[in-house]
Amino acid sequence: MSEKLLMRGNEALGEAALKAGCQLYFAYPITPQSELPEYLSRRMPEIDRVFLQAESEIAAINMVYGAAGAGVRVMTSSSSPGISLKQEGLSYIAGAQLPCVIVNMSRGGPGLGSIQPAQSDYFQATKGGGHGDYHLIVLAPASVQEIVDLTILAFDLADKYRNPVMIMGDGLLGQMMEPVSFPDRSDVVLPEKPWATTGYTGERPKNIIRSLELQPERLEAHNQKLQEKYADMIATQKRSDEYLTDDADIVLIAFGTVARICRSAIDMAREKGIKAGLFRPISLWPFPDESLAKLGDKERTFLTVEMSCGQMIEDVKLALECRRPVHFYGRVGGIVPSPEEVLDKIEQIVAGRCEA
Amino acid sequence: MRLVFDRPQSLADVQTHYCPGCTHGIIHRLIAEAIDELDVADRTIGVAPVGCAVLAYNYFNLDFQEAAHGRAPAVATGIKRALPDRVVFTYQGDGDLASIGTAEIIHAANRGEAITVVYVNNTVYGMTGGQMAPTTLPGQKTTTSPYGRDTDLAGYPIRVAEMLSTLVAPQYIARVAVNSAPNIQKAKRAIKKAFEIQVNDNGFALVEVLSTCPTNWGLTPEKSLRWLEENMIPYYPLGDFKVPKEVE
Ligand SMILES: Cc1ncc(C[n+]2csc(CCOP(=O)(O)OP(=O)(O)O)c2C)c(N)n1
Ligand code: SF4
Ligand SMILES: [Mg+2]
Repeated sequence: MSEKLLMRGNEALGEAALKAGCQLYFAYPITPQSELPEYLSRRMPEIDRVFLQAESEIAAINMVYGAAGAGVRVMTSSSSPGISLKQEGLSYIAGAQLPCVIVNMSRGGPGLGSIQPAQSDYFQATKGGGHGDYHLIVLAPASVQEIVDLTILAFDLADKYRNPVMIMGDGLLGQMMEPVSFPDRSDVVLPEKPWATTGYTGERPKNIIRSLELQPERLEAHNQKLQEKYADMIATQKRSDEYLTDDADIVLIAFGTVARICRSAIDMAREKGIKAGLFRPISLWPFPDESLAKLGDKERTFLTVEMSCGQMIEDVKLALECRRPVHFYGRVGGIVPSPEEVLDKIEQIVAGRCEA
Repeated sequence: MRLVFDRPQSLADVQTHYCPGCTHGIIHRLIAEAIDELDVADRTIGVAPVGCAVLAYNYFNLDFQEAAHGRAPAVATGIKRALPDRVVFTYQGDGDLASIGTAEIIHAANRGEAITVVYVNNTVYGMTGGQMAPTTLPGQKTTTSPYGRDTDLAGYPIRVAEMLSTLVAPQYIARVAVNSAPNIQKAKRAIKKAFEIQVNDNGFALVEVLSTCPTNWGLTPEKSLRWLEENMIPYYPLGDFKVPKEVE
């Protein structure tokens, strides 16, 4: 680990990508993630890597496709409207099984929405977004240090599975400044990519990067292969964190920025004698349903808090299989809920004044 | 006996799916010949479009990537930036390049990406059944312009070679046709030059190739060649629109 540095989330993400061996980065400007391309446009030429500002998010994701197919580590970033434009490319990338990292510093929607933080791209990120049966691995950091750690993990998982991995942040996380340290990766050997299009020399069969398969049986077999990959991710890549859940009578479920707010609300509730705790999904897909289900084994109440009108709550309910009441508190439009508001909701639920 | 003609090494020994008389096949051969003559097959990566040439990767002995509809120049940019010493080319139809992919081709050309673009203009969306394209000629009947292309409604056909040659960065832009033996010879020279520009000068080059679609034009292969000559060439004049400085 390096010494501690005080860094903004977006910039720490960029530096972590470079540490992970990201050779190329393609993006188009959009608030609230512009510090990331600005940082990388400065840093990448210094170390002989490629920064290229694309003409659109569509072009950027297709540049990612080309570079990933050529066998190098590559990343793009954007915020909600730009991520919508990348969906076609993501479907192709997933279909062609190309490793890459996509960052969404999400903002309020729908449409042009606002430039303030939001979590209303949860469905898009975890349930598809583009066409076809595919999944991204979606990682949701809640601190600047976790941005660094999960970005490096994202590159490793992308290569391991030959699959796109999304870092899901929000405007607040990107702007936040916190101390971080970077792991020493100097002796990490990146995996070979014998499938990449590097030129057909006759030493291997020619490599074709594609997603077209006109024969139904072959396309079905390809889909089954993808599903086996997703099954492995579901079995081994669920990640979550818990805070004071052991004795909790009420468990809050939140990710990213909102999880931090919920922690403060939980501390305030505990001071008032309410036994509250936090379950924080780190991987939004695969959703850490088993760990959450275990919390549901005990008689307790659940409260999902999101900066959306209620998206993750569907996965929470599925995980708990309707065995326990699940309440919801959400703010949208770029409004970040305050700890006091969340505490107020907790108190209402505990007092029996809310129906799940 | 002296062998005067053979399949180029870079062209795979397989049957193609193209319709009888379609000139996509000729253009494939010209590309393979150029790659062979420049001896760059082992470091060339092709990018296939969405269109009748979507399966182009089956016909070349080359590594290939299949791009989403219109995005081939962006995919080629990604490959070339990742592997700058490789030779990268796209093969794109007029629907792919001049309609859904206009942003990608203009900006790849404007950046002077060191890629070669072979742009096959047959005035229609061949693969989807001959619908009107931005290149469909005024009055030309297609499956979505059954009364003939109405320029009041749909505007005029886009001349891609002329349009892109207004940009500063591209080094070589030409339009050729594959309707006759002499024109095929010229097309060959242009395509080879477009690869040479990339290999020697690290610049952007595009060759627009006027091509036939007998199936969707509803003409025999022979009549298609004549239709191309009589209708396309007057609207889409052949020649070099941008040449490298030293040969100007
Ligand atoms: C996003 C998207 N829109 C539409 C299509 C359907 N489509 C497939 S091929 C094609 C037209 C290709 O025409 P052109 O580029 O002129 O090539 P040609 O077949 O004439 O050689 C279209 C519209 C698609 N595959 N993807
Ligand atoms: S539809 Fe037209 S362009 Fe496509 S293969 Fe047939 S003749 Fe050629
Ligand atoms: Mg066409």
